[in-house]
Amino acid sequence: MIDVNGETLLLDPCGAAFLPAHGTLVFSDLHFEKGSAYARGGQFLPPYDTHATLRAMQGAVARHRPVRIIALGDTFHDEGAADRMDDSARALLAAMPADWIWIAGNHDPSPPAWMGGTVAEEYRLGGLIFRHEPQVMFQPGEVAGHLHPCASVSKWGRGVRRRCFVSDGLRLVMPSFGAYTGGLDVGDVAIAGLFAGPFHAYMLGRARVYAIAR
Amino acid sequence: MLPPLFQDWFARRGWQPRDHQLALLDHAAGGRNVLLVAPTGGGKTLAGFLPSLVELAQRPRQGRRLHTLYISPLKALAVDVARNLEAPVAEMGLAVKVEARTGDTPAARRQRQRHAPPDILLTTPEQLALLVAHPCADRLFAGLKTVVLDELHALYNSKRGDLLALGLARLSTLAPGHRRVGLSATVKDPAPLRRYLMTQTGGDDALSDLVIAKGGAAPDIAISASESHVPWSGHLARHAMADVMAAIHASRTALVFVNTRSQAERTFQELWTINDDNLPIALHHGSLAPEQRRKVEAAMTRGDLRAAVCTSTLDLGIDWGAVDRVICIGAPKGAARLVQRIGRANHRLDESSAALLVPANRFEVLECHAARDAVLAGELDGERLKTGALDVLAQHVLGTAVAAPFDADALFAEVRGAAPYARLARPDFDAVVDFVATGGYALRRYDRYARLRKTPEGKYRLAHPRIAQDWRLNAGVIVEDPMVDIRLQSRGRPAGSGGRRLGQLEEYFIEQLAPGDTFVFAGDVLRFEGLREDAAYVTRTTDPQAQIPSYNGGKFPLSTFLAQRVREMVSRPQSWSDLPEPVHEWLRIQEWRSVIPKPGQLLVETFPRAKRHYLVCYPFEGRLAHQTLGMLLTRRLERLKLHPIGFVANEYALAIWAAHDMSGADMDALFDEDMLGDDLDAWLAESNLYKRTFRNCAIIAGLIQRRFPGKEKSGRQVTFSSDLIYDVLREHEPDHVLLRATYADAGEGLLDIARLGDMLARVRKRIVTRRLERVSPLAVPALLEISREMVAGAVDEAILRESEDALVRDAMRVD
Repeated sequence: MIDVNGETLLLDPCGAAFLPAHGTLVFSDLHFEKGSAYARGGQFLPPYDTHATLRAMQGAVARHRPVRIIALGDTFHDEGAADRMDDSARALLAAMPADWIWIAGNHDPSPPAWMGGTVAEEYRLGGLIFRHEPQVMFQPGEVAGHLHPCASVSKWGRGVRRRCFVSDGLRLVMPSFGAYTGGLDVGDVAIAGLFAGPFHAYMLGRARVYAIAR
Repeated sequence: MLPPLFQDWFARRGWQPRDHQLALLDHAAGGRNVLLVAPTGGGKTLAGFLPSLVELAQRPRQGRRLHTLYISPLKALAVDVARNLEAPVAEMGLAVKVEARTGDTPAARRQRQRHAPPDILLTTPEQLALLVAHPCADRLFAGLKTVVLDELHALYNSKRGDLLALGLARLSTLAPGHRRVGLSATVKDPAPLRRYLMTQTGGDDALSDLVIAKGGAAPDIAISASESHVPWSGHLARHAMADVMAAIHASRTALVFVNTRSQAERTFQELWTINDDNLPIALHHGSLAPEQRRKVEAAMTRGDLRAAVCTSTLDLGIDWGAVDRVICIGAPKGAARLVQRIGRANHRLDESSAALLVPANRFEVLECHAARDAVLAGELDGERLKTGALDVLAQHVLGTAVAAPFDADALFAEVRGAAPYARLARPDFDAVVDFVATGGYALRRYDRYARLRKTPEGKYRLAHPRIAQDWRLNAGVIVEDPMVDIRLQSRGRPAGSGGRRLGQLEEYFIEQLAPGDTFVFAGDVLRFEGLREDAAYVTRTTDPQAQIPSYNGGKFPLSTFLAQRVREMVSRPQSWSDLPEPVHEWLRIQEWRSVIPKPGQLLVETFPRAKRHYLVCYPFEGRLAHQTLGMLLTRRLERLKLHPIGFVANEYALAIWAAHDMSGADMDALFDEDMLGDDLDAWLAESNLYKRTFRNCAIIAGLIQRRFPGKEKSGRQVTFSSDLIYDVLREHEPDHVLLRATYADAGEGLLDIARLGDMLARVRKRIVTRRLERVSPLAVPALLEISREMVAGAVDEAILRESEDALVRDAMRVD
């Protein structure tokens, strides 16, 4: 549980955030059909990423029973991804019972109509504003994705690198949720530069999230 | 046999053709494939080329075609041999053109070599793979008469050997009449190499002819021994540096071999702190910038150096004329490796090579003695023969399509001609072709993006020319760990600007550094300033307490053969008198305090220490096998509710510690072979080493590209995404061909599962247990490694020394 700009968020170790006060679940950077996007270029990654991602989403939905789900952009890996999604994947998506807010991302500026729900550039909820790309200026209450943050810690000669949430209590950067999405280190200026002072990386563990001061 | 022109040349040089050189001419005249086994300095390379030179000298002068192809495991060796061949060619006035072709050869020359080839082309397995995949390969190789495979012992049983074997199989189709000559250092069993040279036909193994050169003088091997002090653990041999320095003083030029780069760095530093006469001593290892390495090599060739501290980068091949002594610091790991290294000194057959072995701890003393005895007795380690890797085959299948459309039946037959693939099953071959075409997934989602498509005649052809381009960029089976450039900048400047490139380090090492940390590299103590894009920026510092690069310990596991000899030595008290007194005493107290296991037995000791309970066993099977064993035993102990906390493995022993006393456990059941079933599977899913193996297979097979045209994908991205792919694939399609390739790889190499299996079978019902009141002498080195693992680098040395002394006092107390 962390507070961001006065709102309480529950950081799920699967990489989703839940706002209990608003019954809202947030996923970022799902990158559906990233595998098949590479296949078009002749690189045949295992074609199971979309289903793996959906399965993880189902788990989070079952745990938190949201009335609203926000997908924070880059839901689809590319413009053609929605069309390549197979029927069973579409059905899984449709079976998640909530109102959908689709934030447009740079990979998917216009999500397809068949998904239903609301499409928006930004979305406000309480003290928070949800958008895909974090703004460089001081943005209290911003919840964004896009950067795929990862952090690493090392001890006893072993390093552990995990996806993470990043927050200083005023704004939040979400980890990417998609099965094949890589990451950018929180020390990179693109992430660290968003925070004026100290911040925390909330690294995804197996059963909980670990707060690491940065 | 030898034409007058050649006889005269030998005579002018004051040489006598050696028996094996003449024998090779005989075999060539009969058109036979032959393996020549000869020690270093035996004129092996010339023997390999002599038949080609004779044939080329007699050939009518018209239309030059590629006559002889020479393959070496090292680029530098190919270049070196090309240079060495120039002398006889020029001195006999032969109209023979000799050229090397490596990754460093300018593109224009490489293109010209394809169209107007030299008579003799010297190259590497990777370049051969590229050449046979070229559309003009059939024309280039049509006149090929001879293939010479140098240092074959270093190649045949590896993935590069698989790649080479597949290239040779291609050549037997393109140039059906060609003859093969294998050149090898002394090996325990030449049969697998003889088999490797032949096209296999499915029945009994076809073996080439064999010529064994007469052995040279026996080497003179000394073991540095201190009668007063032999360290309990560690790999640096700091106590023996004065001996090493003295040996350098007594040599013209010495090669100082160590097993890891961090050891090289540290040894180099230690030597310079006592190098009062400022002898020219240099450092050479694979992470240094190429320019720097070239400089050292050049100085070496000129005879300007008194010593070079080096890793296995200098194990093979190149002829350093002036080297008259080899100093090996640390454990030799294998008798054959030791012979190779000793052979670096003195490339003349009739003089004995001088070597000094410098063990760094007590177990290494045993290993050095065992290795010396083996070498002097002429016994060498055998190798477990691996089968052809499926990921390498995948690369070859696509490469075949890059050259021209192929017929699956014909290609299958051709591939089975390659020795490593002689027993390849058709379903496995088909699975590989399917993988290459569409990824080979049960869910056939990628059929529409297929890389291979069928022609009307039923052949497989490339779906798009771009695929050929990608394939060429990713060809080869050497997958390096992701590396980061090390750049040196002047102090006070912001990290990330300018700086001279010092070399490269593994990314995982750099990721563990925080700005301000210090480490030793390129002979200097450096301060890490920060990582920017793909370079780590460092400054020079005088901090004496540098953190040392820890390159995952030793790269080579103790060979099975040498392990056997060490075990025997330990089990025979009458042989201990040859050992230095501290080592002798150590074993005697072990005998009194616990027990010395008999040959074939596995000793398992349990004892309490400092509120923990320990279980220590001594399989002597190498760190990797012990690590795997440690993971598996801890899982079992967990199920027995004995609450294991951790374990540590070294080359000789495995120590596990737990909250509860483990002495009551049924050791036969605990060490039962069935642990290699489900427990192993469950562990593999999590293992980082295994994920790295998968990444390598995925890159070789072409699932992940290591480079894109014009843009190098950084290692960081490759590592991360291959782990994600591994997780998904393992969950959804555990039988996928790439996971099978990974398993085979790990079982044979990285994790030593096969070796662990042999060990468990060997010690069945032969486990001796001792329940002790306190730590035993044999257990000390392993326990010391625990403190090393658990204590951070910056801790005061004195504390370490204190705890070390207490442990040793306890172990060696005779009350």
